[in-house]
Amino acid sequence: MATQRIDTTTDARRGRLANIAIIAILTVAMIVYLIPVYVMVITGFKAAADVSLSQMWRLPDTLDSGGYQQAWDRLSPNLATSFMLAIPATILSGFIGAVNGYLLSKWKFRGSDVLFTLLLFGMFIPYQSILIPLIQFLDYINLYGTLPGLILVHVVYGLPLTTLIFRNYFTNIPGEILEAARVDGAGVIGIFWRIMLPLSLPAFVVVGIFQFTNIWNDFLFGLVVITDPNDQPVTVALNNLSGGFAVEWNVLMAGAVIAALPTAIIYVLLGRFFVRGMLAGSMKG
Amino acid sequence: MADIPIPTVETSPKHQRFSSERFIPKLLLAPSLLLIVIFVYGFIGTTMWVSISNWRSASRDLSISDPVLGVYDRLFNTTRFQIDLRNTFVFTILFLLAAVVVGLALALLLDQRVFGRSVFRNVFLFPYALSFIVTGVSWRWLFNPETGINLLVENLGINWLLNALGLPDFSPAWLTTAEVWGDLGAWLPFLDGIKAQLGIPLAMIPVVIAATWQLSGFAMAMYLAGLGTISHDIREAAQVDGASGWRIYRDIIIPLLRPITISILIILGHVSLKIFDLIFAMSGSGPGFATDVPGIFVYEQTFRATRYNLGAAASIVMLLLVSIVIVPYLARQLKEL
Repeated sequence: MATQRIDTTTDARRGRLANIAIIAILTVAMIVYLIPVYVMVITGFKAAADVSLSQMWRLPDTLDSGGYQQAWDRLSPNLATSFMLAIPATILSGFIGAVNGYLLSKWKFRGSDVLFTLLLFGMFIPYQSILIPLIQFLDYINLYGTLPGLILVHVVYGLPLTTLIFRNYFTNIPGEILEAARVDGAGVIGIFWRIMLPLSLPAFVVVGIFQFTNIWNDFLFGLVVITDPNDQPVTVALNNLSGGFAVEWNVLMAGAVIAALPTAIIYVLLGRFFVRGMLAGSMKG
Repeated sequence: MADIPIPTVETSPKHQRFSSERFIPKLLLAPSLLLIVIFVYGFIGTTMWVSISNWRSASRDLSISDPVLGVYDRLFNTTRFQIDLRNTFVFTILFLLAAVVVGLALALLLDQRVFGRSVFRNVFLFPYALSFIVTGVSWRWLFNPETGINLLVENLGINWLLNALGLPDFSPAWLTTAEVWGDLGAWLPFLDGIKAQLGIPLAMIPVVIAATWQLSGFAMAMYLAGLGTISHDIREAAQVDGASGWRIYRDIIIPLLRPITISILIILGHVSLKIFDLIFAMSGSGPGFATDVPGIFVYEQTFRATRYNLGAAASIVMLLLVSIVIVPYLARQLKEL
């Protein structure tokens, strides 16, 4: 920091005032951003009788776990489904994406960039435009309405994103490493296993977190691929909670908190990697 | 061929390896590419076929309709679908505007490296990690006209203040109004054939707010990443030249962020053109289809009404809208690869 200090006292004072003003604006914005979170969390702690319209903003008089208890009872099977869906689908699409990304960055051939671009297109399509044949196809291979069917769907439609992130990651690994291994006699697969895979742990963390969040938060595939409400992912079950005539807001809000918690925890603990995945998924490396 | 001079021991495996190095990458990529060819391109082709077929009941009928584009003709003459397209455009424009303005403002404020910077940033980005369903469910309650935001406004004494100034209470009906503000059709006579009122459906505004809450953090993070790449030198040079803080931003930094803005508009634009989950959970079709969008139309026509050809045609319209935004973006990226 060898900058010349040209600050005069008035400049410094003005700077401090500006800083305070900025922090004030950011604090107000932060409160606004936290409003939905506040309402969700406190409403879940209210007893059904306390969830009157006029009391919405008040903290609950007594902490009642009834909302959370009921939401848990109704959502826990679906929560389990979401875990059994998101974990294998993330691992599979991540691993295949790593292989694809490695090949498309380190073993380019004529037309490989075009193929990569055609693959990427799959990430942006509205999935409505493939649902009818998708369901017919799943039915044909006897996977319609089943969890393995939904895992397959998420693996396939996850490939463009996982391939993109790994391709960008491997592009930045210097080619000399690969050349050295080639001279030592390693082949395409050997280089991947012995050199690239160990180097790609950070990319796996990024892909794992980001892809898990995407799959966990999906709604449309879970809604149409799984027909039995007891087997649907938690986002679909949460939406079902809000159906019916009288909405039990304390249960619904508690359910929203429960459904959001896994990805929220990941975000709080590993936000850095999450942001990296988000940026890698939206820009070239 | 045994008497042909044996090639040297070195060249044989080398040659072999050379050909295997050309062959193996393609072989390993083939399964993924095959899956994408089937699940993306093949399925889109099938949906296109369905969209020009006579399949409009539970029993499959893949014969081509007469005229070929008859289903599309019917689709675009359906008032509800006209409303859906209007809603999509209104939502996309308002949401992109809000997300870019809010995202840029937050990023510029955070660029000042104030105390607690990372806490602020993490809170603003937090909603991005949540499901649209969670967002929809919670904002639906916040926009309940009997309570939620209207009650907060009342409790904060804002209505008292408005009344004192001779103004009415601030208590919009939010998601429950069918009102559409303005009518472009009244001004442009060539829009005669359009049955939808071409204005801003007021019930869309809460949806825009919820979507902005969820995704403005993405715009902010993109801008922050961009600001991070604008070197310290540029800023210092401008400072030495005597430019004031605000002028540095207006004349130098914000123009440099233009490519980032374009990326944000493309990414968030394609998300908003295909928006489904958020609205499905928050308001559904809304009163008078005030918050209906093609995504909901496709879902209901296909899975509730089993009018497969109509649902398929609407989904192809969605795909085309998204492609207008995404294909030039991908083509440009391909050129840079």
